[in-house]
Parts: sequence; C-alpha cells; structure tokens
Amino acid sequence: MNDQRPVVIVIFVFLIGLVLLIKLFMIQVMDDSFIKRAERNAIQRVVDHPYRGLVYDRTGKLLVYNNPIFDLMIVPKEFEVGDTTRFLELFQISKEHLIESYQAARKYSSVKPSTFIKQISTNEFARIQDFLIDYPGLFIMTRSVRSYPEPVASHALGYIGEISGRQLERDSSGYYVQGDYIGLSGMERFYEDQMRGEKGVKYKMVNVRGVDKGPFKEGEYDTASVAGHNINSSIDMDLQKYGEKLMMGKTGSVVAIEPKTGEILSMISAPFYDPNSLTGSEFGKSYSALNAMETKPLFNRPIMATYPPGSIFKIVQSLIGLQEGILTPETTFACNKSLVACHNHPSPVNLFGAIRNSCNPYYHQAFRQIINQEVSSNTYKDTEIGLNAWREQVLKFGLGGNLGVDMPNEKKGLVPNSAYYDHYYGNGRWKYSTIYSLSIGQGELLVTPLQMANLAAIFANKGYFYTPHLVRAIDGDKSQIPQEYLTKHEVGVDSHHFDMVQDAMVQALYGTAQRALMKDIEIAGKTGTAQNPHGEDHSVFIAFAPKDDPKIAIAVYVENAGWGGRAAASTASLMIEQYLRDSISRPALEEYVIAGKFMN
Amino acid sequence: MRETDININRVDWITILIYSVLVMIGWFNIYAAVYDGQVDKSIFDTSINSGIQLVWIGTAIAIIIVIMVADYRLFENLAIPIYLVMLVLLLLTPFLGKEVNGQILTIGIGSFRIQPGEFAKFATALALAKFMERPTFDLSKTKYQLQAFGVLLLPIILIILQPDTGTAMVYFSMLVMFYREGLPQKYYVLGIGLIAIALLALGIENNLYLAGAIVVIVVALILMGKKTPQQIIGFSVIGIVLIAFTYSLDFVVSKLPEHQQNRIMVLFNPDLDPLGVGWNVTQSKIAIGSGGLAGKGYLQGTQTKFDFVPEQHTDFIFCTLGEEFGWLGSFVVIALFVTLLTRLVFLAERQKNRFNRIYGYCVVSILMFHFMINIAMTIGLFPVVGIPLPFFSYGGSSLWSFTILLFIFLKMDSARALQLGRMG
Repeated sequence: MNDQRPVVIVIFVFLIGLVLLIKLFMIQVMDDSFIKRAERNAIQRVVDHPYRGLVYDRTGKLLVYNNPIFDLMIVPKEFEVGDTTRFLELFQISKEHLIESYQAARKYSSVKPSTFIKQISTNEFARIQDFLIDYPGLFIMTRSVRSYPEPVASHALGYIGEISGRQLERDSSGYYVQGDYIGLSGMERFYEDQMRGEKGVKYKMVNVRGVDKGPFKEGEYDTASVAGHNINSSIDMDLQKYGEKLMMGKTGSVVAIEPKTGEILSMISAPFYDPNSLTGSEFGKSYSALNAMETKPLFNRPIMATYPPGSIFKIVQSLIGLQEGILTPETTFACNKSLVACHNHPSPVNLFGAIRNSCNPYYHQAFRQIINQEVSSNTYKDTEIGLNAWREQVLKFGLGGNLGVDMPNEKKGLVPNSAYYDHYYGNGRWKYSTIYSLSIGQGELLVTPLQMANLAAIFANKGYFYTPHLVRAIDGDKSQIPQEYLTKHEVGVDSHHFDMVQDAMVQALYGTAQRALMKDIEIAGKTGTAQNPHGEDHSVFIAFAPKDDPKIAIAVYVENAGWGGRAAASTASLMIEQYLRDSISRPALEEYVIAGKFMN
Repeated sequence: MRETDININRVDWITILIYSVLVMIGWFNIYAAVYDGQVDKSIFDTSINSGIQLVWIGTAIAIIIVIMVADYRLFENLAIPIYLVMLVLLLLTPFLGKEVNGQILTIGIGSFRIQPGEFAKFATALALAKFMERPTFDLSKTKYQLQAFGVLLLPIILIILQPDTGTAMVYFSMLVMFYREGLPQKYYVLGIGLIAIALLALGIENNLYLAGAIVVIVVALILMGKKTPQQIIGFSVIGIVLIAFTYSLDFVVSKLPEHQQNRIMVLFNPDLDPLGVGWNVTQSKIAIGSGGLAGKGYLQGTQTKFDFVPEQHTDFIFCTLGEEFGWLGSFVVIALFVTLLTRLVFLAERQKNRFNRIYGYCVVSILMFHFMINIAMTIGLFPVVGIPLPFFSYGGSSLWSFTILLFIFLKMDSARALQLGRMG
C-alpha cells in the first residue's frame, strides 16, 4: 500500500532542491541588480577632488589660488556631546544650532557623515583641532575654496559655485555630480575644462555601520586626482589694481589690450565687487546682495554693456572711405550745419581736419558717397546695396558680432543691415536720409567697450587685430592657448591709410583731449561721447601709445560723466602712464580722476 | 556479554562522507563569515567562531565514536526514558535558563550551555519510533493518529512556551514520516490545499478576488457532469468554509505577535520596509544574489564580511556560501543535501524492523525541513524562521544534535543484520 510513498518522498526532496536552485539561479545569475546593491552597500566611492588650476597675471603674480577650508563632519551614531556648555563654547554655536544640525544629520543618516559646521577658518580649525579627540563622531573634512590675494579683476576672473540642476542636466561630459563646483562666469567658466582637473576616486569598503574596512581590492581600482591646469592670464595685476583705484565709485569700463597680441592687459567693470565675497559659504548670501544692488556690480560691462560708438566711429568711416577710394586725404567737404549739427571750427575741412575736429557734416556727406554709389537707379535699392556692402566692411573691424573673447556672455553690439531697417520701415521705404546717423556713429549702432578697445588696437596695428583674450599661456605653455587667439585678423584696409589717421589721432589730443597729453609718451587718441537719453552722456575715449610702437591700446567708458575729453581721456592717459612707466607723474590728474567730479 | 556489533564494513560510508563534506564546508564558511581582513586571525583561532566550531566538530567526532561503539539496542530500550528526560529539561528551561532576546532557549553551567530544544528532536524521533513500532499500530485509524500526534505535541507545546516557534515548527516535519507510515493521503491533500489558499489569501490584497474564484470553481464543479443533491450541498459547504477560512486568516494573522506578522508580510512584499523588518531578507538576498554564477571567491565576500547580513554565521550561513561561491557553490551544497536525503530514504527502506525505519524517516523529515526552510528563508521564499542549516550553522547544540540524530540511525543501519525482521 505504501510502496510508492518512499518514491513520492524522494521526488519531494528533489523538488525542494530544484525550486531552491531555480530561485537561486534567478537572483544570482539572471538578476544582476543584487551585485549593484551589494556594491552600494559595502563599497563606498570616495571622490578625490582635484586642485583647481591657479590663475597668474602676466608677470607671474598670483591672482587666484585655492584656500583650504575645513568642514566639521558628524556621524550621529557615534557622536557624544559630553558637557554641552563646554561643547557650545568650543565650537561657538548656539544650543538651537546644535540640536538642529544634529537632527538634520540624524535624518540624513545615523551612520554616514554629514556636515555639522560648514567652512571653519584655518584659525578656528587650529583652535578646535586638539579638542576634537574628546568628541567621538566628529571629524574634519578638508576642502578648498577659491581665494584672491588682491581683490581685483573680479569680472574677468569670474567665480565658481555649486553646479545647478539645469547645468547638470545639460552636461554631457558626465564629469559633474550634484554638489560639484563649476566655473559660473568669467575665465572660471570659459576655462572650466582646463582648470577643473580630473577627479580621482577611491573605493573603500565599509561595514554595515559605515566603519571603514580598508581599500577595496587593495586599491586596484583607485585613481588619483589630477590637478587642473594653471592659467597664465594676460592681465597685468598692477595695471588692473590701478585702474580699479581710478574707477572706484564710478560706473563704466576700462579695457586695455596689447595691440600686437590681442592680450587683454586690464579689464575693469565698475562698480566692481570683492571676488573673495563670492567664495565658499558666503556665496549665496553675497550673490543675492550683489544681484539686488541697483548699480549692478555683477554686470560685466566691458563685454555686456553696449553704447553708440559716437565720434570715434568717424575714424572707421574715414578708413572705409579711403580704402574704397571714395575719400582721399584731400577730399574736402563744407561743415554744412544744415545737414547735421556741429560745433564751430574752420570750414571746409579735408579728411585730416574732419577727424581732428570731429566734423559731423563732413561724415554725413562722405557716408552718403560710401552708401549711394549709384549701383542701382532706384535710390532705395541703391541704399540697401550700399548699406550691406558697407556693413561687411565694418564687421571686419570686429564690430556687430562677437569678438570671441575668452569669457561667456559677450554681447554682439549692433551694426544694422538692410533687413533691420526693412523690419522697421518696410522694404523699399527707407533711404540714406533714414540712416545718415550711422555716419557719425549714432543711430542704431551699438558697440561694447571691448570692441572699442579692439578698434584702438586696430588703429595702433594699422589694420589688423588678434581677438582680444585673457589667457596668455596654460601651465606656462603659450602654444596651449586656443588657436583662434593666435590668428591674425586683417580688417581689409591698407596699412598706409592708417598713417594719416594715426597723425590725426595724435593731433586730437591737442584739440579735444588735452588732459590726456603726456610729456614724453606720444599718445594717439580720440574722444567720444555716447549719447544717453536717460541722463548725462557717457564719457568715452580710446587711445594707443606710444604712437610709433604701440604697447597698449585702451578704451575707457565712464557713464554719466559727460564729455569724453574729461573723465575718459584722463583715466586712459593715467592707465597708459601706469603701464608704460609703472609710476604716475601727474598726481593732480590722478586726484582729479579719483575725485570723479567731472561735471563741474 | 555484549556482542561486538561494530563492523566497519557495514557502516554506510556514503552518508558519513557527505556528512563530513558538509561539516567541513560549513566550518570554512563560518570562518568566512567572521573573517575580518584587517584583523588577520587563523581559522583555528578559538577567539573567533571558526575556532570554537572546530572544538564542536572535535567533540562531535567523540560523540560519533560513543554512538558507534554503544549497544545497538540501547537506543530502542532508552527511547522512552530519553524522551521523558528531554521533556523535563524543556519544562525546566524557562526556570533555569538564560534569557537572550526575550527567549530562554539554553540551560547549562557557566559558558557551557545546551539548547534542549535541539536535542529534543532526536529524543522525540526515538520516542515516536518506539511508540509506533507495534505491529498493531495503524495510522489510518483515528485512535493511533491521536496517539502519535500526542507524542509529537508534548515537546512542541513546551518549545512554543520558551518561546521558539521556529524550532517548534520543525516537529511538524514528522508529517513526512507519518506519510511514509500510512497516514491517509487526504490529510495531505487538504493540508496542501489550505496552505495554498492561505498563501493566496495573504498574497492577494483583496480577498474578494479569491472568494470569487472559489465560487467560480464550486459552480464549475457542480455544473460538470451529473451531481447528486448531496454532492452539490457538499461542494457548496466546502466552498463556504474555504471563503470563511480566507477571511478568518487576516484576523488570525492580525492576532499573531507583531514580529511574526511582519515576517509573513515581508515575504509577499520584501520592499515593505527594507531597513526594518525586511532588512534580514533584503540583505541576505543581496549577499547571495551578488555572488553571481561562480561567486566572489573565498573570503572575498563584502556583504557577509561587513555584517550586512545578521546572524550570518548561524541561521544565515548560506549567505556566505552564496556570496563567495555563487550559484555553483549553492548547487554543490544543495546537491549534497538532496543526495544525503535520498540516501537516507534508501537506508530507511532497507531496515528490517519498523523501529529503525520510523527513526530513519524521522531523520529524513527533520533534516529535510531544516534544509528546505533555512535556505528558502535566506532567499525570501519563506518567512524568517530561526532554525539552523544542518551541519553548517555555527553552534555546538545544533551540530551535536544533528550528529546524534544522524549517527544513531547509521548505528541502527550498521547493526541491521543482527536484528530480527519485525516489520509491521
């Protein structure tokens, strides 16, 4: 009766074995999620953050370095406060802070470390270091923040900050994780890839309580971090510092370029801020405060503010006229004030006189000839063709488009084309009389101070420029800088046409910009006044010096400071002296600029 | 004069070989479970559990020798006294024992402690064999069924009182032996059916679906073929009882102690509370699952090494094996157990008297239950029940009791030629 029962039992035993093996096969071989979960459990990936590259000025002075800061970490499970009063006194926190931080840490994890007190200074660290042993569950984690020996060049250098969710989403490099720092503006952002370095990683094993159990597989998979590349900036720290001293309390821009290389010697955006305020734990608070200020100190004026170029643009018009053969040095026009307003000066004038006297009617008439070359019998069509041809030439001067400076958010400025006017007036509804303001650098034209400084460099170089840039070398190696900064850009105007222009610019200092005159340095310059419908005009001046071997080309904008011959010319002249002489021989002029009462 | 019945050639060396292999693998795994790469200690170091286990293994060998040289009639003659002594010990444990985690499982002097619940297994097996060996004993009759259950129920009640539900459950494995000895099949069909419905009721959120399914099946059975009115009433009553059972189950579960309730719920939803009640099973599955096909290598496991799996050298010892030797290692051990159990069925069947055979099937039942439940719980197929893996798990009481259990049977088997055929 029971003969088959032993067989049933044996079959049952085999069935048990089979079920267990099938289930084991499912979780061990088919499903690899457990492997990952095991790694998450026991293998902690500790990222070794690399040292971010440093920034030096052109003479080797340190502009940006990394300062170690110390975060006090807590492991709630191991933490023992002991004598609370003594603890609060030692760490200089309130009881509420202690309770709050402890509970926040507990909520995150009772066995994993979380930040207890953020960014303890080196001094603080030295004070508490020896007492830490009394408090199990507390330890120091070292990080570094950017630091600036001199609080200058904040806009050019830029700042770093925690990567935002949006940036993280867009990042295709896979380099970043939540909480990583990334360059957010200026060179920090532009040279992020070079400066960030390579993260290292250490795999360590931890037990269930998070206790370190040594390196995983003897560190076989560990990699060391690689420090970021150092940037040798073209900025001259002394010049930058001096410029910021002059621009203190004003609004505007100063951009100085070495004409032969396009290297930016100084780039000032006023008002400026202390770059040290946008580091570490201060970042959020300072940023909000700066962002809320009416003077917009975070606004990077040299590349983001646009103004009409004004009279300075007449030089560009002259050069285009000369190159096209429409103007010669002998071309003469009457100062016909019925065309456009002008100040009193001898009339008629030739081209030299026109530049020197900044004669508006001269350019009104010259520009008409440039635009209306009677290619078409239809004056509307003819203007359209002329405007677009002219614009092509103007663009070669680096206007109306991004120059390609090594900073983010550069503005293009504006050199209008026919489509622009078509949009406002309709095709075939506008002609020269509509656009004549362009002749004297007014109307729709907009340029940035950087483009203006680049113009000065073009005049200094007699017809070419290198894209202005802030980098001189990477890790001391000049060949490592982006290739476009080593490419010469010709503006398409023969160099001999510049001779007369340069002479006129030298002469201009005896006319409109006498404050800029210097005894033993021949400066070529041109004043401008950017019309401001909202208040006082902006004072503008461009210059280069020495005229025969230009070492510096400069553009200065001082907002609401009126006529270019005062604030801007004076500032530019002092900057030139500082750069070329490394000292100031005109304390009165310096005082005048620093005082900033240009309108009296 | 005592007849020398120790005949080396008659001992079943296959079983002894499998036993030895399992004990050795177990010992190596205990070392792996307690191994700490930062504190390099030898497997023989008695300050860690592997060293202590070696002491248990040594003493187990001594026990084996004692059993083998003892008179084969001794166990049959002492079956009832041993059973009674064990019952007394179980009864005394709550009074003399030491409390650990709310349970009082061990008694003893100083650090030497034994767990009467473990030793009561072979004692009960002996008692059952003695009790049931009578030729008139017929498990198809209710009277004898009640007697057999009575012998089984006494230790169960005493162990539940300790309370050690896991160990108590082991005694129900004797149903396998009862099956062999002729307990009618209908009980098993009914039991398996109820368990299946219980699992479904616990697994399916809404009992309404299950009740609906039962109704559909009952209606289908009634409509299929011709049925007498009695049959129709019978099916309907069974259907109603089943539906009532389904609904009462939730109530019963809700009356269980909370930790047992949780263990049951976790089975159906392991992610219920991965850091709380699900921790053991979750971590155990991670450890085993991360082993892959061939494992991480001996002493290379991270999960078991760094204490992610609780009780890893005792009840969860299989995790170490699964993690470090992978599916292939698991296969070998499961194959060894299956072979051992099959061999024991074979040995039991070749016994000449009923006492030996019943005892043999008791050994099969107990080992089968431990093997099945222990591994099933580590991979989430069964609620967590605190019972050891035979010959593997760390612990003297466990190793000794399984050794005694097994070798008493091997002793009987080796002496079977000397015995008269007394088959019922």
